[in-house]
Amino acid sequence: MIAANPLGADVLFRIGPLPISGAVVTTWVIMALLAGGAALASSRLRAEPSRWQAVLEMLVEGMAGQIEDTMRTPPRPYLPLIGTLFLFVLTCNLAPLLPAVRAPTARLETTAALALIVFVAMHGYGIRTRGLRRYLAHYLEPNPLLLPLTLLSELTRTLSLMVRLFGNIMSHELVIAVLLSLAGLLLPVPIMALGLLIGAVQAYIFAVLAAVFLGAAVGAIEAG
Amino acid sequence: MDTDLIKIASIIGAAVAVSFGALGPGLGEGRAVAAAMDAIARQPDSAGTLSRTLFVGLAMIETMAIYCLVIALLLLYANPYIAH
Repeated sequence: MIAANPLGADVLFRIGPLPISGAVVTTWVIMALLAGGAALASSRLRAEPSRWQAVLEMLVEGMAGQIEDTMRTPPRPYLPLIGTLFLFVLTCNLAPLLPAVRAPTARLETTAALALIVFVAMHGYGIRTRGLRRYLAHYLEPNPLLLPLTLLSELTRTLSLMVRLFGNIMSHELVIAVLLSLAGLLLPVPIMALGLLIGAVQAYIFAVLAAVFLGAAVGAIEAG
Repeated sequence: MDTDLIKIASIIGAAVAVSFGALGPGLGEGRAVAAAMDAIARQPDSAGTLSRTLFVGLAMIETMAIYCLVIALLLLYANPYIAH
């Protein structure tokens, strides 16, 4: 056995009957860091930005611009959700840079939770923007005969959102484990550097696809 | 004896799944990138829109390969026909 089972759970400890895996603890730490950092950064906002505030403003404006380009609608209502998803997935993907930390996104349960958030938000934003009746009517739109396929595509694109992130990050981890067991210490280093690129690109893709799905649900763009 | 046979078949199945699952998306992604390169060479102004669409499209194509990888991992690590 080269690596631990990538599909199984590594239970660290239990709270009552609830098993808590290492990935969950890592996400808690990342959530605390992101939320604490954001609270700290936004508590002292000034009209003349300091260096940190300028960096943060650039980040937020860049994300808003990307969302606007993708969804072709004012980005303000979607910026909190999609921006948080992007930052969270990016931090999760880059967490293995620290020693002894594994990427939480390399576990199926983390990506399943993220995809579920997008799934619920899709319908939530769709109903809020269009109203329940018109939102339900858009499922019958090109032709009512296609309803089963439309419903199926709702499910499969959430599933593929989950499996894509999980598969990319986990397979990269597996490749590093295999190389480490075959070739020793230094050879995996360039592959790990490639992992930085993979992590950033996958976070970007997750956020853009979430934006595309939300845009399709509110009727701003055609479904991807 | 019987589980041994299932294990052999699972390993071969995993290898076949990954190899053929990489073949199709590889060809498809190559065509997509080539078409995007062509478009960017013709219209460098729209490079931003093109590369964003390309990224999303590549992610969609790549999902097929990832599905095959997951099937292979299921066969190797969580095979329902072998009692673990």
